[in-house]
Amino acid sequence: MKELSYYPGCSLHGTAREYDDSIRGVLNVLDIQLHELEDWTCCGASSAHCTNEDLAIDLAARNLAIAEKSDRELLVPCVACYSRFKAAESELKEHSKKLRFSYRGNVPIRYALDFFCAEPILEEVKKKLTKPLAGLKVVCYYGCLTVRPPKLTGIRQYENPQHMDRLMECIGAEPIQWSYKTDCCGASLVMTRTDIVRKLGERLLSMAKEAEADCVVTGCPMCQANLDTRQEEIEKESGQKYDLPILYFTELMGLALGHKDVKKWLGRHITDPIKVLAAKGLV
Amino acid sequence: MDSNQKEKSFLSEVAQASGETIQACYQCQKCSAGCPVAYAMDILPNQILRHIQFDHRERVLSSKTIWICASCYACSVRCPNNIDIAKIMDTLRAMAIESGLKLGEKDIPIFHSVFLDTIKSKGRIHELSLIVQFKSKTRDFFKDAALGLKMYRKGKIKLFPSKFGGGREMKEIFNAFEKGERK
Repeated sequence: MKELSYYPGCSLHGTAREYDDSIRGVLNVLDIQLHELEDWTCCGASSAHCTNEDLAIDLAARNLAIAEKSDRELLVPCVACYSRFKAAESELKEHSKKLRFSYRGNVPIRYALDFFCAEPILEEVKKKLTKPLAGLKVVCYYGCLTVRPPKLTGIRQYENPQHMDRLMECIGAEPIQWSYKTDCCGASLVMTRTDIVRKLGERLLSMAKEAEADCVVTGCPMCQANLDTRQEEIEKESGQKYDLPILYFTELMGLALGHKDVKKWLGRHITDPIKVLAAKGLV
Repeated sequence: MDSNQKEKSFLSEVAQASGETIQACYQCQKCSAGCPVAYAMDILPNQILRHIQFDHRERVLSSKTIWICASCYACSVRCPNNIDIAKIMDTLRAMAIESGLKLGEKDIPIFHSVFLDTIKSKGRIHELSLIVQFKSKTRDFFKDAALGLKMYRKGKIKLFPSKFGGGREMKEIFNAFEKGERK
């Protein structure tokens, strides 16, 4: 059995609970065991790097130092946490910045989407597929930090990434190409300048609709929350009806792998995904 | 300008703190063209770089732009001169807080400070505590109340923060900055 260290991050204990549950569910099917880091703390998120670069590095490095107590790879589902960890790692490795915590940079930090898109995992998923998502049209919404900056993410096709599209194909869904894969949702501005998040969200939702997608798929808790929870406000403001479920890629994987808890995960969304999936005969 | 003055210039200060070569900007405006939030800025990203080149400290540090930037890095990856503009924005925000100037946006810096206070006291971000703290500072209690209730019903709101054992270590991290041992 493969084993991984796991840093869920704050969102996955709150608004992104279904992401946490679905990752654990899918990994269980794939026979991969998770060890949650003991006493992990916040990565510092936008607020730390926006106001104090060294504090941002210390807050991330504390968690990396805990992870390094074992030699397991570190799985990070929230792309914002992942980005902070990669930035701290790069400060250590490339700029040999002195860190408060002893961290040697020996633990591979893996973003969940990258982990699941690796060829051996895709092979395993194909073998265990029980319900291919035939007829489900999806747009893959990578967002910013999944691909940028490429010197941290290592993603070569950062203007037109394809890995989530391949994952969706692997589980039988139909990924539609669209031009808004890596456009920003406004992220943490949702609390302070909600108007900006609504404007960016409207652009994304209307483009997804124009591409005739049944749903939007993402691996970022900020993107998911902004497009899901603000969708009704966006609809009121624009007079357009979108009704587009915003799903975590792991929820769709769980569905295709026949996981028993899928309905529980999907029940946590504000924009109801059950209706669309039921119409396709998938739930 | 003699060399002594040059060392103290805003341009060299930003260049040093960010590690970026701001002089390399030749105003192609690619950063501003691809910026998703440029429409809400008072000074466009390319103009910010120009202002820095001209040492316009106050104009830059009191702009809305540095707070509106959502750190999406679209500008940074598209700059033909490899200037990491998003990173410069981080540097400018830190300098703006430090400067004591009136900040261009009111709520965004408050949000960041409440966010960091929450990490310091609770180790992790407990979303409900963060929102209550933020609203108590901005006095905007009713915005999003209905959405919050809906999210609570869907099981998306955790009522109590989780316990963690790293409290002392977290305080030490923050104290080092407050005491000036780290900057």
